[in-house]
Amino acid sequence: MSRIFSFHGGIHPPENKKQSLGANIRLAPIPAQLILPLQQHIGKAALPCVAIGERVLKGQKIAEANGRISSSLHAPSSGVITYIGPQPVPHASGLESDCIVIDTDGLDEWSTLSPIADYLSMNKMDLINHIRDLGIAGLGGAGFPTDVKLHLGDDHIINTLIINAAECEPYITADDALMRERSDEILAGIEIIAHLLKPSHILIGIEDNKPQAIKALDQALRASTLNIDICVVPTKYPSGGEKQLIQLLTGIEVPSGSIPADIGIVCQNVGTTAAIYRAVFKGEPLISRVVTLTGYALGHRQNYEVLIGTPFTTLLEAAEVNRTTLFRLVMGGPMMGIGVNDERIPVIKTTNCIIAATEDEMPPALPAQPCIRCGMCEQVCPASLLPQQLFWFAQGREFDKAKQHNLFDCIECGACAYVCPSNIPLVQHYRFAKSEIRTEEFEQQKASHARIRFEARQARLEREAAEKELRRKERAEAAAKQQAERKLAEATPKELNSDEEKAAQIKQLKTAASVARTKLKKANDALKNAREKGLEGIDKLETTILLLEQKANEAQQAWIDAGGEQS
Amino acid sequence: MALIHLSSPHVSKANSTARVMRLVLVAMLPALLALTFFFGWGSLIHIFLACTFALIFEAFALYLRQRSLRFFLSDGSALVTAVLLALAIPPMAPWWITAVGMFSAIVIAKHLYGGLGQNPFNPAMVAYALLLISFPIEMTQWNAPFVLLGDSWQALPSFSQTLAIIFNSPQALSLDAFTGATPLEVLKHKGSLTTEEIWRSSDVLSQAVFAWYGVSAAWLMGGIFLIYRKIMTWHAPLSMLVTLFILASLFYGGDPSNFADPFVHLGVGATMMGAFFIATDPVSGATSNKGKIVFGIGLGILIYVIRTWGNYPDAVAFAVLLMNLSAPFIDQYTQPRSYGHKQSTSTRGGSR
Repeated sequence: MSRIFSFHGGIHPPENKKQSLGANIRLAPIPAQLILPLQQHIGKAALPCVAIGERVLKGQKIAEANGRISSSLHAPSSGVITYIGPQPVPHASGLESDCIVIDTDGLDEWSTLSPIADYLSMNKMDLINHIRDLGIAGLGGAGFPTDVKLHLGDDHIINTLIINAAECEPYITADDALMRERSDEILAGIEIIAHLLKPSHILIGIEDNKPQAIKALDQALRASTLNIDICVVPTKYPSGGEKQLIQLLTGIEVPSGSIPADIGIVCQNVGTTAAIYRAVFKGEPLISRVVTLTGYALGHRQNYEVLIGTPFTTLLEAAEVNRTTLFRLVMGGPMMGIGVNDERIPVIKTTNCIIAATEDEMPPALPAQPCIRCGMCEQVCPASLLPQQLFWFAQGREFDKAKQHNLFDCIECGACAYVCPSNIPLVQHYRFAKSEIRTEEFEQQKASHARIRFEARQARLEREAAEKELRRKERAEAAAKQQAERKLAEATPKELNSDEEKAAQIKQLKTAASVARTKLKKANDALKNAREKGLEGIDKLETTILLLEQKANEAQQAWIDAGGEQS
Repeated sequence: MALIHLSSPHVSKANSTARVMRLVLVAMLPALLALTFFFGWGSLIHIFLACTFALIFEAFALYLRQRSLRFFLSDGSALVTAVLLALAIPPMAPWWITAVGMFSAIVIAKHLYGGLGQNPFNPAMVAYALLLISFPIEMTQWNAPFVLLGDSWQALPSFSQTLAIIFNSPQALSLDAFTGATPLEVLKHKGSLTTEEIWRSSDVLSQAVFAWYGVSAAWLMGGIFLIYRKIMTWHAPLSMLVTLFILASLFYGGDPSNFADPFVHLGVGATMMGAFFIATDPVSGATSNKGKIVFGIGLGILIYVIRTWGNYPDAVAFAVLLMNLSAPFIDQYTQPRSYGHKQSTSTRGGSR
């Protein structure tokens, strides 16, 4: 067994796990209607590949992955597509999003599956594409498309594969139950991942509050040829956070802004490994998962195998909900789960738990008191931040300082808000600050984009103006040159071809001579007038007259030379 | 069905500011008992007075600031300030000392800056420093512990006598019969005597110093209780005490005839109270663990320097106020290294 390290901070909230571990995983009923959001994963929403009115079989693909980071969707049961469009979905915003709705026919008729008999002899690329095709995404919480992680071996040296079985959130026991009952599937899944990534170490990180799951894994491990270490870590929230688990098992911190693969580590959730097993050995797409139904407003608190797309209402009724005591509905754990206020929303690939809590269980938050900087939040922060300072900055909208204090290393685990004696909803403040900063950055990006475009336009206009100017100059030069040539041609007395031309030229010269004479006369009149009246500018007029005289003489001469008035 | 929509986390620890303040009040009980045991009823009467004044002034300030009286009065922070000040002033001081003290603590040092959580200085210490400067006679008249007055506790003024002294009634016994210098004052004004000579010649030092040690032990007990209950961390108290001890040892080791020995520095005066109940005030202190250590070291140095070369026999209030001033600066340079970062932000440099 390898050494266990530790991480800063952490809390020990009441576990509340026993309630849902009394019985084995039970099959949840097939609902009359399945609602499948197109976006159940990180990345781009899937594209529907079925039409309204079409009958689909269980396991048939109904939406195609769109882009590299995306995941496809499959019909969890047979039925008819009745609607494609916005529906309430499990999201913190409470907003609606596009879904495919299937009215089930209760036959639960499978489509033809294509299991892989011998994956070891298969091309790795094809194997990963097979897993991608079956819509496998991380079942731990983020819903990251699994195939992307399986490709990490292509451009990273992966030396450690960590299987996240910590399940540190209170109440949730879905992974625990899965390990107890299907440890062989998990092991087989791990073998497939190991075959693809070829890590030198495989570590399973599990909290010490799951002794039965540890035992089951241990037993399954005996049959396996792989060298897998089960690392039992002390129960402490949030040991199941990816970065925290990596630190617990390896002592290494994932550098800020990097992914674990950059330091040679890939993490997979236990549930995901079982889903990979099913996809490869049985050819089953990801159409169901284990969900913990718990909370004291339920009559049956236990784990259910639930079809993806099952509305919460169906499950709550199957678990005999007491609506008079139901006070709060949470999807996920009490620390990081999403508050749900519309129970029509469906189970998605990342729904690991539904808590139907009574008022005693999850009382409304008390009004926040002023922060006294007691520092209890700092003592529990697993990212070693200064939550009290971040709160100060978020409240004062000093986002630059918040960023300086590493706001974006906050994993929103909620440990700070959990211990805060002043009941300050710290995580909300951080989310607000983060979104404000993101918006600001987006605006800045937009602004700088606009500036770049403006500058480009300005440059283009200038360039065009310069080109125009150049062309104008060129034209002017060409014209000047032409004129100069013409003048030169005129200056050299040409042998005129015909008498007509000659006569025309003489006429022209005669006109010029007479115009020059008229101008001279006018100027002389003006001079005389100016002298009489004693106006200014007489000198100027005199010079002009001299010039005009000269011109008139020249014109006269030219006319005479050309042969006019010869007689 | 209407369910409330809230963001995570959906649960929280049963913890409140009022609980924190209650635990601090509980932790001050041993000191109150020790003070009452050695110095009579005065501290108890002053606590009652201080709490009354504190609540009145707090309510007044909240009313002026148009804040919810019930919500803010119930947080207990005013009571903590009141008890701290009541235990810091001489037990036989007149009632108006407490009144003036509470006014300056609650109205000036706390609410003028924006109330709970916003005050840059520790309110109790602001009040103490103000009182010490304004009313030096009343503030230095510590009555002698019972061991100097008689054989037993009976030698101290009775409850009614104490009341009479505090409310300055004409029937009151002359205060001079009970008061004496504190060990720190004796040491401060030892004149040309060496430390050994003053220890031999002064009753306070040779016979009664254990009374002050007893009170310090009581503060220490309360402090350890709070650290055990995770209300505060060990960083500031320990670094302050260790710094004070090291400095005192160095000077005492170099010149034992002129400097007090390190255990006197730890055991008398407000050292223990300051270390566990003042230096740990989160609002006006440094915030990160590293910062708290720097804060404590600064306190230790200042306390020793002011005690040894300053004009006042004790120095905790002044040292605390000076360090309160430096807390934002300390915070800037003592940020912890966050997960996934090679260095803390403050040492990483770049634009701030």
